[in-house]
Amino acid sequence: MLRSLQIEPEKCTGCLQCEMACSYQAEGVFNPSKSRIKIFTFHDEGRFVPYTCTQCTEAWCLHACPVEAIVINEATGAKEVIDDICVGCKVCTIACPFGTVNYNQETAVVQKCDLCGGDPECAKACPTQAITYVDSDHTGLERMRAHAAQNLPQDNA
Amino acid sequence: MKHVIVGAGPSGVIAAETLRKVDPTSSIIMIGDEPEPPYSRMALPYYLIDKINEEGTYLRKSSSHFGSKDIDVIRDRVTTIDPKNKSLNLEQHDAINYDKLLIATGSHPITPPIEGMDLPGIHSCWTLEDGRNIVNKARPGSNVVLMGAGFIGCIILESLALRKVNLTVIEMGDRMVPRMMDQTAGNMIKSWCQEKGVSVHTSTRVDAIEKGSGESLKVKLDNGEVLDADLVISATGVAANIQFLDGSGLETDEGVLVNDRLQSNITDIYAAGDVCQGKDFSTGEYSVQAIQPTAADHGRIAAMNMAGKDTVHQGCVNMNVLDTMGLISSSYGLWMGIDGGESAKLCDNDRYRYLSLSFEDDVMVGAQAVGLTQHVGVLRGLIQSKLNLGKWKDHLIKDPTRIMEAYLANTQAIGHNAGVM
Ligand SMILES: Cc1cc2nc3c(=O)[nH]c(=O)nc-3n(C[C@H](O)[C@H](O)[C@H](O)COP(=O)(O)OP(=O)(O)OC[C@H]3O[C@@H](n4cnc5c(N)ncnc54)[C@H](O)[C@@H]3O)c2cc1C
Ligand code: SF4
Ligand code: SF4
Repeated sequence: MLRSLQIEPEKCTGCLQCEMACSYQAEGVFNPSKSRIKIFTFHDEGRFVPYTCTQCTEAWCLHACPVEAIVINEATGAKEVIDDICVGCKVCTIACPFGTVNYNQETAVVQKCDLCGGDPECAKACPTQAITYVDSDHTGLERMRAHAAQNLPQDNA
Repeated sequence: MKHVIVGAGPSGVIAAETLRKVDPTSSIIMIGDEPEPPYSRMALPYYLIDKINEEGTYLRKSSSHFGSKDIDVIRDRVTTIDPKNKSLNLEQHDAINYDKLLIATGSHPITPPIEGMDLPGIHSCWTLEDGRNIVNKARPGSNVVLMGAGFIGCIILESLALRKVNLTVIEMGDRMVPRMMDQTAGNMIKSWCQEKGVSVHTSTRVDAIEKGSGESLKVKLDNGEVLDADLVISATGVAANIQFLDGSGLETDEGVLVNDRLQSNITDIYAAGDVCQGKDFSTGEYSVQAIQPTAADHGRIAAMNMAGKDTVHQGCVNMNVLDTMGLISSSYGLWMGIDGGESAKLCDNDRYRYLSLSFEDDVMVGAQAVGLTQHVGVLRGLIQSKLNLGKWKDHLIKDPTRIMEAYLANTQAIGHNAGVM
């Protein structure tokens, strides 16, 4: 059974533990600016929304890539960037309608969430369970995805 | 069912793979006239700077990829099509019959009507063969003149600069990337490039090219200046590969005319990619976009319809991203704005940052950005989902950088959180 990250913004306190854990796992440094998951702050309402790639079925990033540098990890379902193949053209970064694959000028390749190979650090680091790693057919998850992708064309291939 | 695809670029390849997925028992033939395995033109700039080798440009990395999917790849040129007999004529092979045909022949660089364009030392940057020629001639210190600072010209610009040539760019328009970005952005990119040591002439034309001493060339500009060049690269525009369709009865204009199923005026013939005059999401009109994401979308949707799975094409959002010597810029949809529509702008010339969002009522319809690298794609999300921004439009007019929040606030109202944001 594939699993997915479920994000419940209402539980997030904005502590940034997930960003710390992600940047450490991905780049070996505690630096939120290098994290693949981001906390967005709504100052007016005092709310926080964790956000990262939903590993969407449409995989806009993967289809737009001209050199097959984004592939599906069959074990986790994650869409993963292969750094050695990525040429850094950034087409995936403009194609993902959720803005969750980003170019890194230092490495000259793009970066996105890869579910840490099936054991996501952000979910483990979150003290309030605003991020959990759940079975992919969990109902709340479907709602989350449907909502994020409302009005976008669906893939029926 | 026998599907035949003419053209083995990204749109042909994606169509072939989609057909295999949705029509497993069909026979699929893909015909391409270039000598290499299917590759991506988009990867050429990275080949020029040795970031990848030739194999790195290939669309599919495994040599058994097409064979394993039972996709028959034929290397040959289609000379004419005969819709009455549902057959194709090829240069070297016998004629081939089809049940469904996809035209995915891409486009070619146009040669501007300038005296001397046929001299040796003048190249386009369109094929792997062109790439090899440029690698040979663009040596550190050599004088290179790049004609055209459109989208493709600007992409090559970075590679040439990284090859440490003495680079001069000549553009007819009054700014760089005139069809992708406005005056502010185009000029920002220009001054950035100049600061990095590239000489950029806008509102300037090449009048003629003549032979100079030895193998060098003399490039004459309309302002009277004459430039010495070891290599001239022409990137002055592209045109669809539709010549071979003359006399076939297939209707063409800028490209092959299609409906919202990517079907031509002849029932069993479809078109996709650079050769296809497909629907534009923003205008609802049919135009040639000639970009990779559109080629990919077309390939998939045309294949669905060829396989009998009725799929309507909603139209592609025109979008581009560019890296000019470290300055990253992007543009989407109706970036120039619409009559009577509002816009949100942020401009900081000193820091090379620019963001311009255009709206129709409270829906974002276009955007351009310079110096933005994080979450750029959400601009597509906002435009393509036609999200009603409500009060968030005013927030964006005050601070256009809050695009990600605007998207989340309008899409993440889920669970216990419903309605609170
Ligand atoms: C240097 C460069 C950089 C680019 N960078 C970008 C970028 O950053 N972003 C972006 O979105 N786009 C970019 N593009 C454009 C992008 O590469 C094209 O939009 C894309 O290749 C279109 O794919 P296609 O399959 O329609 O056509 P093509 O890739 O052109 O493939 C068509 C194939 O059909 C073959 N063919 C033509 N006629 C026949 C015939 N009669 N018989 C058999 N075969 C035939 C052609 O030789 C070719 O191999 C770039 C292009 C170039 C040249
Ligand atoms: S990066 Fe974007 S397009 Fe790619 S899988 Fe994630 S959400 Fe989908
Ligand atoms: S930036 Fe890398 S992963 Fe993204 S489309 Fe280009 S080559 Fe593919």
